Amino acid sequence: MSFLRIRDLSLVLRGTPHRLLRNVSLDVAATEVMGLVGESGAGKSMIGKAVLGILPRSVQVVSGRIELDGVDLLGLPPKARRGLIGAKAALIPQDPLTALNPSRRIQPQITDRLVQILGWDRARANTRALEIVNEVHIAQPERVLKSYPHELSGGMRQRILIASAFAAEPRLIVADEPTTALDVTVQKQILKLIFEMQANHGTALLFVTHDLGVVAKICQRLTVLYGGLVVEEAGVREFFKGPKHAYSRALLAATPRHTDPDADLAPVPEAVIAAVQAEVTEADERWSHV
Amino acid sequence: MSDLYHVEDLHLSLPDMTKKPMFGAAPRIEILKGMSFSIPRGQVLGIVGGSGSGKSTLGRAMVRLLEPTGGRVIFDGHDITHLPESGLRPLRRRFQMIFQDPMSSLNPRQTVGRIIAAPLTLHGVAEPKARALEALERVGLPRSFARRFPHQLSGGQRQRIGIARAIALNPDFILADEIVSGLDVSSQAQVLSILRTLVRDMGLTLAFISHDLSVIRRLCDRVLVLHHGEIVEDALCDALFAAPKAAYTRELLDAIPDPDPENAWFTRA
Repeated sequence: MSFLRIRDLSLVLRGTPHRLLRNVSLDVAATEVMGLVGESGAGKSMIGKAVLGILPRSVQVVSGRIELDGVDLLGLPPKARRGLIGAKAALIPQDPLTALNPSRRIQPQITDRLVQILGWDRARANTRALEIVNEVHIAQPERVLKSYPHELSGGMRQRILIASAFAAEPRLIVADEPTTALDVTVQKQILKLIFEMQANHGTALLFVTHDLGVVAKICQRLTVLYGGLVVEEAGVREFFKGPKHAYSRALLAATPRHTDPDADLAPVPEAVIAAVQAEVTEADERWSHV
Repeated sequence: MSDLYHVEDLHLSLPDMTKKPMFGAAPRIEILKGMSFSIPRGQVLGIVGGSGSGKSTLGRAMVRLLEPTGGRVIFDGHDITHLPESGLRPLRRRFQMIFQDPMSSLNPRQTVGRIIAAPLTLHGVAEPKARALEALERVGLPRSFARRFPHQLSGGQRQRIGIARAIALNPDFILADEIVSGLDVSSQAQVLSILRTLVRDMGLTLAFISHDLSVIRRLCDRVLVLHHGEIVEDALCDALFAAPKAAYTRELLDAIPDPDPENAWFTRA
């Protein structure tokens, strides 16, 4: 039984017929890690934003269903929707510097959500903040909770955001390129932490990334997007043995492998782009006839 | 003399403005702590390291966008360590730089043709327009792109304009500072293959700064590994990947997620 179930989701740029997502369907089972992969502009972040109800104003949902734990989010009034998402889902954002308010200490930035959206009392929220910050392997958690974001390193800030995402025991976490802004050695530590936390808490994880290497390391299944269209959905092991879609094959061939001295990198061939672009056009034609 | 660059005990320190007292001078932070190496003509040298390792500072000191505070930088027999701008001017056309972020290094109000021709005009090269168009073709873009503006191009195309601007002067040396880190893998593969062709066809010497060892393996002959302002390993590319010597190099290699789920990093309980 999938915890997150998306059916035929289409988004447009408000006031235009231009679609950003084209009839996207995907399922994430409870406790599963699903990777969302694609080049820039493929719409991978849009899916995460749609699920969390944080789409930019300029983007509009035109059709489809997003079911979280069996409830269709798009059918709910805004307040009920926010309450449901707040209780069941959370985000690990990309840039740990802009995601934290520079003028406030760390502790209230973790507890605000617990108090204001989930209605916990302050004392309980504070206890929980200390507990969860301990869990993400931060030395001197009391001191860190009293710090301001600029006093912490990039890796520490990302740990805080991971702690914050897990604080209310959500059942789904959307991680939007959470390691792109970090150094490679720090990236590995942060991925390990996300992996550990996900496994310990049994959370479903939707992991948005452009890096197939990262997908190979932490995901169980993946969905490849091109131009807002799902081109392939597969288990990670079978995918890396041999992607079925020509575009996914080309994307994998363009990903560098440091372990193989002879592998040559090839950009995605123009013929492959033309073919997948034709699929996009075809999907749009079908769409306009509905 | 076959070495194009010779760097000897290079030091560079900058004032630490975050620790500056209200009166008096700020304490200095040492960013480069004595680096020595040479680059033979025609070599592609990778410079790798984590953030704060000094790789960009080293590059900027080599093309004299920064003035070193100690040691020597010798370019083709000329000591350029403390050469004033007037003395550098005639040499500048021989070493060029490609920047990380093409959006901020290309003037948004000028056409691609003018952007590429600007350094040619500055150095008094004859027929800058024709040379600019030729440079465009060398990076695999049609001549018609000369009339476009940077915002009309994709990230990969913009980065190719940065390359075209650098090669238009027919330099001996190019410094590329993290030029593929903002690109999708497909554009990245394309930019790397263009660079490789240019190095071969134009006899360029290239220093390629990157944080990504898997990219360096595809392009470079030799690698310098930087850590906290020091060179911790200097080895030919094949040797480095086959048997990394420094602990930090091993740590870097170990941290690259290779696209292979069978070679697992973490295991599920």
